[in-house]
Amino acid sequence: MVDNEKITPAEQDPKVATLSDFPEKIPNELPHQTGFLNRHAILEKSPMLLLTASLVVVSIGGIVEIAPLFWLENTIEKVEGMRPYSPLELTGRDIYVREGCYVCHSQMIRPMRDEVERYGHYSLAAESMYDHPFQWGSKRTGPDLARVGGRYSDAWHVDHMSDPQSVVPESIMPKYAFLSETRIDGKYVADLLSTHRFVGVPYSDAQIEAAYADFHVQANPDGDYDGLLERYPGAVVSNFDSQPELTEMDALISYLQVLGTMVDFSTFTPDASR
Amino acid sequence: MSKGRVDKETGVETTGHSWDGIEELNNPLPRWWLWTLYACIVWAIGYTIAYPAWPMVSGATSGLLGFSTRAQVAEQITEHEAKNAQLVTDLLNADLAAISPSDDLHRYAVARGGSVFAAQCSQCHGSGAAGAKGYPNLLDDDWLWGGDVDAIAYTINHGIRNETDPDARYSEMPAFGEFLSGEEIDAVVEYVVSLSSGDVDSTLAQEGRTVFADNCASCHGDEGLGDRELGAPNIADALWLYGGDRETLHETVYNARFGVMPAWGQRLSDEDVRAVALYVHGLGGGE
Repeated sequence: MVDNEKITPAEQDPKVATLSDFPEKIPNELPHQTGFLNRHAILEKSPMLLLTASLVVVSIGGIVEIAPLFWLENTIEKVEGMRPYSPLELTGRDIYVREGCYVCHSQMIRPMRDEVERYGHYSLAAESMYDHPFQWGSKRTGPDLARVGGRYSDAWHVDHMSDPQSVVPESIMPKYAFLSETRIDGKYVADLLSTHRFVGVPYSDAQIEAAYADFHVQANPDGDYDGLLERYPGAVVSNFDSQPELTEMDALISYLQVLGTMVDFSTFTPDASR
Repeated sequence: MSKGRVDKETGVETTGHSWDGIEELNNPLPRWWLWTLYACIVWAIGYTIAYPAWPMVSGATSGLLGFSTRAQVAEQITEHEAKNAQLVTDLLNADLAAISPSDDLHRYAVARGGSVFAAQCSQCHGSGAAGAKGYPNLLDDDWLWGGDVDAIAYTINHGIRNETDPDARYSEMPAFGEFLSGEEIDAVVEYVVSLSSGDVDSTLAQEGRTVFADNCASCHGDEGLGDRELGAPNIADALWLYGGDRETLHETVYNARFGVMPAWGQRLSDEDVRAVALYVHGLGGGE
């Protein structure tokens, strides 16, 4: 090695730094800052402060986009016919959420010609104002269900839920036959209504009081359902699953059969300028 | 920003930030990139002025162009309808039975009816209209309520056994489990099987013949040929809606069947109903 002239000793090589090249004292601080913009050094040196400030900046975006929806009068237009879900429908809605139906089915008909021609009138914000949380969904493996109410008979829904391929051979929907075997008693349905009232659904005291009776009578066409129809106009009363027992199938079908049917578009024309 | 010194190794100015002696070089972004960014910001501001955007006190700004998605979809639908207006008028005024299959109007109606069928009817009757258990096959000529085009249009319009249309086709077979004994049901099932198949217990079928005459013939006819006025199916052929094996027939007689079809006249436009009627009529079994 020593004999090789081409190798410069490290201490003489300008490209190699050695300890003697460093200043005697390395300053462990930023250069002196003056302008206001340069104050960011304060944030950068304090993690908590940086975190807090980041949150403030990000929330400005949220506030600008979300907050106006709470005061703008035209966020949810006034429509006739919208009512809170009946106790059985609301239970069916819980089953819909539990089974993850929203993962494959949306409930949101967008204002586009192809969707309106296929599914019916585009969805209005008011139509999901009693949904907590809304079921708009973001993916359609199956069709949109926003206006599925009344499109098929109860028996079709039972057939289809029990074995989708028996009526739609090309369907890839899983079977939900167990819904016909799972009985429900509505023991806590009044609490369910109260919870929804707590988050803003205008259930009256009378509705909560009658919840248990309404829950049972909606699946019993032989019962006295006048009170139910008075409290929930347009509710479909039917023995949805054709079994004497009240099952999850009854609840889910009662929910599906009311979807998109509350607003009567033959008498209501939405404001086109929204 | 306070200007830093020039780094002697690279010849680039530093930003003045120094951490533990390590300094940051002030290499600026490429000009083209920076100008694209500024252009995007300007365009975005222009966009929010032209289109609805800024939330105000009671509503959002409506934008100089006055655009709205709802108006756009209404416009697109109107434009599309205007293109077919003549055909639709002709379809609404035509005598369905008199439209010749070689007519342009017929071709238009069948194409229109086909897409309505795919969207609305295929869930029950199948995408090829071959039906499923309990949902009639529309390809054959075994019609429950009539197979000429006007009868089909009526069925589509008003539906069957629904509660929303007072003009819906309606009939209700009694649940004979309440009236007949188990032996009587077995016998009548055997008789019904004998009408379309030779492989039967003829003694039992003979017994069933009497039960049939007393209970079933009033709707299904003495020969079991059915009655379209009542929606009573022909049970003498081998075409079955729910199944023709003894077990299924027993279930049918015991509990009765009550198939429901929605009244599509309440959901579809008149021209759509007429178009689907022509489509279904043209599938093969139309009379």
